[in-house]
Amino acid sequence: MTLEADPLEHERASWKPSPGLAVAVPDPVRDPELPPHRARITDKDPAAMTRAVRTVYTLFYISVAASIWAIVAYFLFPIEDGSLVSIRNNNLFIGLGIGLALLAIGLGAIHWSKAIMSDKEFVEPRHATRGRDTTRAAAVKAFADANEESGFGRRVLVRNSMIAAVVASIAPGIVLFRGLAPFSSEALPLAGDPVALLSHTMWKEGTRLAHDPEGTPIRAADVTLGSAVHVIPEDLTELGHTEGYLEEKAKAIVLLMRLLPEDLNETPERADWSYDGIVAYSKVCTHVGCPVALYEQQTHHLLCPCHQSQFDVTNGAAVIFGPAARPLPQLPITVDAEGYLVARSDFTEPVGPSFWERH
Amino acid sequence: MARETKPRAHGRRSPWAAAALIGIGLLLTGGAYAGASAAMAATGETQVRSALTAEDGEKLFQANCATCHGLDLQGTEAGPSLYGVGELAVEFQVSTGRMPLQAQAPQAPQKPVQFTEDQIRAIGAYVQETAPGPSYPSEEILDGGGDVARGAELFRINCAMCHNVAGAGGALTEGKYAPALDQTSALHMYAAMVTGPQNMPVFNDMTLTAEDKRDIISALLFQQEAVSPGGFSLGSLGPVSEGLFIWIFGIGVLIAVTVWITAKSN
Repeated sequence: MTLEADPLEHERASWKPSPGLAVAVPDPVRDPELPPHRARITDKDPAAMTRAVRTVYTLFYISVAASIWAIVAYFLFPIEDGSLVSIRNNNLFIGLGIGLALLAIGLGAIHWSKAIMSDKEFVEPRHATRGRDTTRAAAVKAFADANEESGFGRRVLVRNSMIAAVVASIAPGIVLFRGLAPFSSEALPLAGDPVALLSHTMWKEGTRLAHDPEGTPIRAADVTLGSAVHVIPEDLTELGHTEGYLEEKAKAIVLLMRLLPEDLNETPERADWSYDGIVAYSKVCTHVGCPVALYEQQTHHLLCPCHQSQFDVTNGAAVIFGPAARPLPQLPITVDAEGYLVARSDFTEPVGPSFWERH
Repeated sequence: MARETKPRAHGRRSPWAAAALIGIGLLLTGGAYAGASAAMAATGETQVRSALTAEDGEKLFQANCATCHGLDLQGTEAGPSLYGVGELAVEFQVSTGRMPLQAQAPQAPQKPVQFTEDQIRAIGAYVQETAPGPSYPSEEILDGGGDVARGAELFRINCAMCHNVAGAGGALTEGKYAPALDQTSALHMYAAMVTGPQNMPVFNDMTLTAEDKRDIISALLFQQEAVSPGGFSLGSLGPVSEGLFIWIFGIGVLIAVTVWITAKSN
């Protein structure tokens, strides 16, 4: 076939075979055409059409009824003070009404369009995506003209210095983002130093261990064998919520357990970190920071519920299962003159999950 | 021949005969078992109530418990010593059916109770008199009239990590679990806190005062009666059960509706 006389030349241009082919291919993919029209039952059988029509307007009437029901339910099932059942009924019946109303509108509209409306297929012809060669050439020429007239390609120094200026103008904005993070101040000397914040907790030498949440101190004699006590520093309750109560509590929580002294395998360096079988470990998991408090009294295992890390309390809370990388930090404790449990010092390592500066 | 008969492919026996035989066999066996267990349960209740003494308790103990716990409560390789557990522990363990222990396993599960109320009291009296320990609480602690809000806060701090925030129970390691608390009686709640059964830690009266325990029990009793204001609680298990429900039913229905919308009408 001749290419010049082809009226649809630009349509077929994208797949045009190169002159090297021996066989001229008119259409590489045969047009599958539309599938044969399949008559619907509503077109073939007038009774079916009547049924469909009836279904659709019934659905719309149901929708009206459901909307009215939702209004009636609002008055029939008021929320009464102090009654959870009334809340439940109110929500349930109003919700059912509104839900059914909207669902019925949708179902009716779709059934109408599928079964009743005309389903004749028709074809909308579209032109090929590839533009004419003349158009393409004109576009290329426009870019070339612009380049030449502006001198962007030719004047290297002008162009590069402009790029440098634009990039440099963004740089102060990026640096100023530091201002969004907290700064240290007199009142909060560590606020601007996240590494220091993560590395230290409220515990100090002599801080009494106290019950969570009341803050009452704990006597060693009150912790009997098999106990698991949830502990906060005694001075935590003096902090208000705007003074960092939750932030400090999140680092300082400790689980206190009592085991038989012969069950504890302590290293010589940590021999005085426990008191007569009473040990204190940080409750913040070293994996992602969930509180590890599922203590199994007979197996002496601590389970973290989030990702199932398990720690063996008899062996310095070493990790025996799960994704945690490090044992739980141990709080060194002793007893003061009145018999209350006190911390010997802060934790000797940061509590909780790993971070970059932690080695 | 008046009528042509087809040659039978399976002999004179109907193909349903095998199924019918198995069905009848199952019915007979099941019925016999059900009748026998009903008879056994019935005999338990028709016993005459009599006050049992600690001596009767000692005999019951030696017959049922001493194999694992030793004749003098000293313990064996199979079971720990019962010195100092007190009658409250006996009440909890035997009254919930956990003891006599089903098998040496990570968990001592709750199962049907094997002794009557009087027998349990008798065994408890014997254990208490041999080696005293925690005893029954005053009625006030179990009355459910404490501060429910405070009790719920204490529950969240001390108990919810194992028992779930709504007391629906939770998994521990290696096949152990903390059971659900929706059927637990106030006495058993108190007993479990004080005695620390199996792997549950001990919450003595210095860790959780009597008032604290009363508040926690009140909160749990309230939770047992509580109506969920939000509809299906799905076991109060949180994201797992709710996620399963939505992914299977919710998204399933959505996909089905989507397919229906785009399908051609009949």
